[in-house]
Amino acid sequence: MIPTIPQPRAVRLAYNAYIVLFFLYLALPLAVVAVFAFNDSQFPSLPWEGFTWDWFFGTERPKIGVFHERPILRSIGTSAFIAVVVSLLSVAVGTSNAFLFNRFQFRFRGFLYVLMLLPLVVPGIVLGISILVFSSRLANGLEDGTGLELEMLRPGIVLIILGQFSFITTIATLVISARLQRFDITLEEAAMNLGAGRITAVATITLPYLGPALIGAFVVAFLMSFENFNTTLMLVGSDAPLTITMFDRLKEGSTPLLNAVSLLLMLVSSLLALVMIMVQRK
Amino acid sequence: MRTELRLGFFLLLTPLVLWLSLLIIIPHIDMFLVSLRERIGVGKYQLSLANYLTFLEEPLYLWTFLRTALMSIMATLITLVIAFPVSFYIAKMVKGRLQAVLFLLCLVPFWVSELVRTFGWMILLRETGVISNFLQWAGLVSGPVEMLYNDVAIMIGLVYTSMLFMVVPLVTTLESLDDAVIEAGYDLGGSGPSILREIIIPHAMPGIVSGSIVVFMLSLGNYLTPRILGGKDSLWFTELIYSQFIVRFNWELGAAFGFMLLILSSVIVWGMLRLTGQTLEKTMG
Amino acid sequence: MPVPPFDFEVVFAMVPDLECRELTKRFGDNLAVGNVSFQVPPGSFFSILGPSGCGKTTIMRMIAGFLAPTSGDILIKGNTVLNVAPNKRPVNMVFQHLALFPMMNIADNIGYGLRRQGMPKAEIKRRVAEVLERIGLPDVAMRRVDELSGGQKQRIAIARCMVLEPDVLLLDEPLGALDLKLREHMKIELKALQADFDTTFVYITHDQSEALVMSDQIAVMNDGRFEQIGTARELYYRPESAFVAGFVGDANRWSGRVERLNGVEVELLSDSGMRIKGSGHGRNLAKGDPAVIYVRPEAIELARTKADLSNPDTMISGRVSSVLFNGADSRILVRADDGGVEIEVALPQTGDCSDMRQGDEVHLGWNANQGNCFQGGGD
Repeated sequence: MIPTIPQPRAVRLAYNAYIVLFFLYLALPLAVVAVFAFNDSQFPSLPWEGFTWDWFFGTERPKIGVFHERPILRSIGTSAFIAVVVSLLSVAVGTSNAFLFNRFQFRFRGFLYVLMLLPLVVPGIVLGISILVFSSRLANGLEDGTGLELEMLRPGIVLIILGQFSFITTIATLVISARLQRFDITLEEAAMNLGAGRITAVATITLPYLGPALIGAFVVAFLMSFENFNTTLMLVGSDAPLTITMFDRLKEGSTPLLNAVSLLLMLVSSLLALVMIMVQRK
Repeated sequence: MRTELRLGFFLLLTPLVLWLSLLIIIPHIDMFLVSLRERIGVGKYQLSLANYLTFLEEPLYLWTFLRTALMSIMATLITLVIAFPVSFYIAKMVKGRLQAVLFLLCLVPFWVSELVRTFGWMILLRETGVISNFLQWAGLVSGPVEMLYNDVAIMIGLVYTSMLFMVVPLVTTLESLDDAVIEAGYDLGGSGPSILREIIIPHAMPGIVSGSIVVFMLSLGNYLTPRILGGKDSLWFTELIYSQFIVRFNWELGAAFGFMLLILSSVIVWGMLRLTGQTLEKTMG
Repeated sequence: MPVPPFDFEVVFAMVPDLECRELTKRFGDNLAVGNVSFQVPPGSFFSILGPSGCGKTTIMRMIAGFLAPTSGDILIKGNTVLNVAPNKRPVNMVFQHLALFPMMNIADNIGYGLRRQGMPKAEIKRRVAEVLERIGLPDVAMRRVDELSGGQKQRIAIARCMVLEPDVLLLDEPLGALDLKLREHMKIELKALQADFDTTFVYITHDQSEALVMSDQIAVMNDGRFEQIGTARELYYRPESAFVAGFVGDANRWSGRVERLNGVEVELLSDSGMRIKGSGHGRNLAKGDPAVIYVRPEAIELARTKADLSNPDTMISGRVSSVLFNGADSRILVRADDGGVEIEVALPQTGDCSDMRQGDEVHLGWNANQGNCFQGGGD
């Protein structure tokens, strides 16, 4: 069972074989996506028609590469913008929440904590439609009552940001809380003992300590926002982020262009994740 | 000092309350109210349970609802069964660098979008796909085989997409189990199965529960995987919600569907927590 | 274990409960345990004492079955157990951090091994109650592990093994995590439990006082090898190696060269130029050899004037450099007039030395047979 318990050779071998199979299963779909990004064919499938970079750099129809495909580039920009805003917002609110739950004892603390966790157990599509319904009715009400036309309450980038923020904040809160909990509060007391005010103590001692968690929460939030599909699907307007654009194309039938985009996504997110791991190590 | 503290408290409380009330609580209440409306004329509504009655009376809706629930439970169980030995291996069988590398390898696929992962399975499973070609090449089948657009394909996709959310909590809880406790079990005469049953699984329970909750939620609320791997008529409940909202523009019925999905997930999560004596704070926080 | 119908050796307890024969364990090139042999007679308390990393835990884990020896044999009641899986060996182990099962209550913890034997529920219940009674905790059966104090957990960990009536109970530094007061108390209690259960205990520790107080026999281990096996008294008064002399109990140590030999009596010229007398106790020493002499603080006679000393072989005069008051265990440090290391001397709290102060003039002395002399000591 564990290495110190003697086990028959056959059992050990079977266990190891299972682990190898498991990792093959994990790698397989990503590997084929990556490989077919280089297939010189209209379809991301066999037979293999030879190697090409066209799906990245091609400029002529039908093989326009990622870097010359306007709609894709545009939606990458939209996704990145949304992701940055969502990450900033949710890290800010998450930090505030972490301090609130770690440093204060108050009535309804337990209740609020459970409430804070709830967005994790609400299906993303339900989060999406509830925000869609509420904001649309709000907009309709405003329009009927005051004649005010608030475009931001209609499906579009603002609603996508709010929708993603509504559950990514919970994750940011948990990541930051986990590190804040391990913080030795006497360090802050020592700072105050040495003449710092409470705010200065937090700013000079606690926040730097939280640094890795803040960066970690930002990266996680960024990735989750960039990848989000369910909530975004219900709130999307005319400016579709990347996942929605890709989904629409996938429905129509895919070309290796999608493989090329996917491969780039894999590379960028792996890079981001690596950066995060490096930061957390410190 | 005291007033300063109180001020700080309210400054920190405000964003939390705004977030939870404006983006979570009020929208859900509003969605519930909309689901209780029945349209009786242009711009005229009355309070009624009509939408819920429609849901209960239309066999397709009810059937899709139950089917989604059952398949999500099944996906959760399969994920658990596949992930447990892997998590145990990472947590207990290997140490140091190899452990870190294997754990990281488990995470890698999930840094990329679910869309990419699903796309990968599509390339593998479709008629002109890699597996079909491989089977023909190996002489196991005579013509192309379509492996997309069926329940097995949906299941493969769901399990794959959820794997990480089972492996991470399991590895974390299993790692916290002291080797000496397992050794003590052997030392006192225990065998593999009995130690698994009496020591390892009870210890891993919080991880099993939190992993299962997340996997179940993700499967239940998944739209992408059933839609792409299962095809247009994969009968997944989220597709009904989507079509009511976006295609048919019947928000009242869509809201009722959304609310049913919320109830279903809450009941099953609550039941899972009760059954295993865990709390949401312990398993999620 | 199948026991022959009538075996003189077993019946008359001539077979040791546990025997290790030339036990060796290598991890790669690293020798963790080298050629260790010992026997533990039935019903005795046997300790393995050594600094951390000396290989004692490795021996323990080999006996329990969690490590396979590179060579050598392990016998329990005369039968080799090398091919017996850990869950089938008639030995049980109290783990360093006890390894009580946190997911079970106390009764289920103790009943765990019995359930594995397929014993009926009612019988398990009876046995668990009985052993709880025996360790003086009759009311804790339904409690959770983390509701118990450190000392109670200790007793539960032992009870959990003892219900299985093992031939040998292994204990891996079980007192290490306890605070000092409780540790002192548990030493006495462990010894009493061992006598009560009348089972062979094999105890490993780096704490010499645990080993000295509880054990019938102690093996001192260093660097993968046994330095000496003996009773507490033997180890303390007749250490057979420099390591044992330095490790067991406190001692003043002088290194130098053998200046003169007179039977077992040795005169050493220390590196700082003092003449120190000791006894070789039959060890092979020759004039000019590098050697060390160990003298226990309490073996040193102490007086305010030279005339008050009872005319011992070695006499040193000096001044008190510090007084380390610690009740009955008080010491002084003396700086000799002719230099060298500070000498630690027990300070009796009776007589005219009890009010000794820093800077006072003192005279020290001991007889040759109080000093233990060993070859070597260049380190």
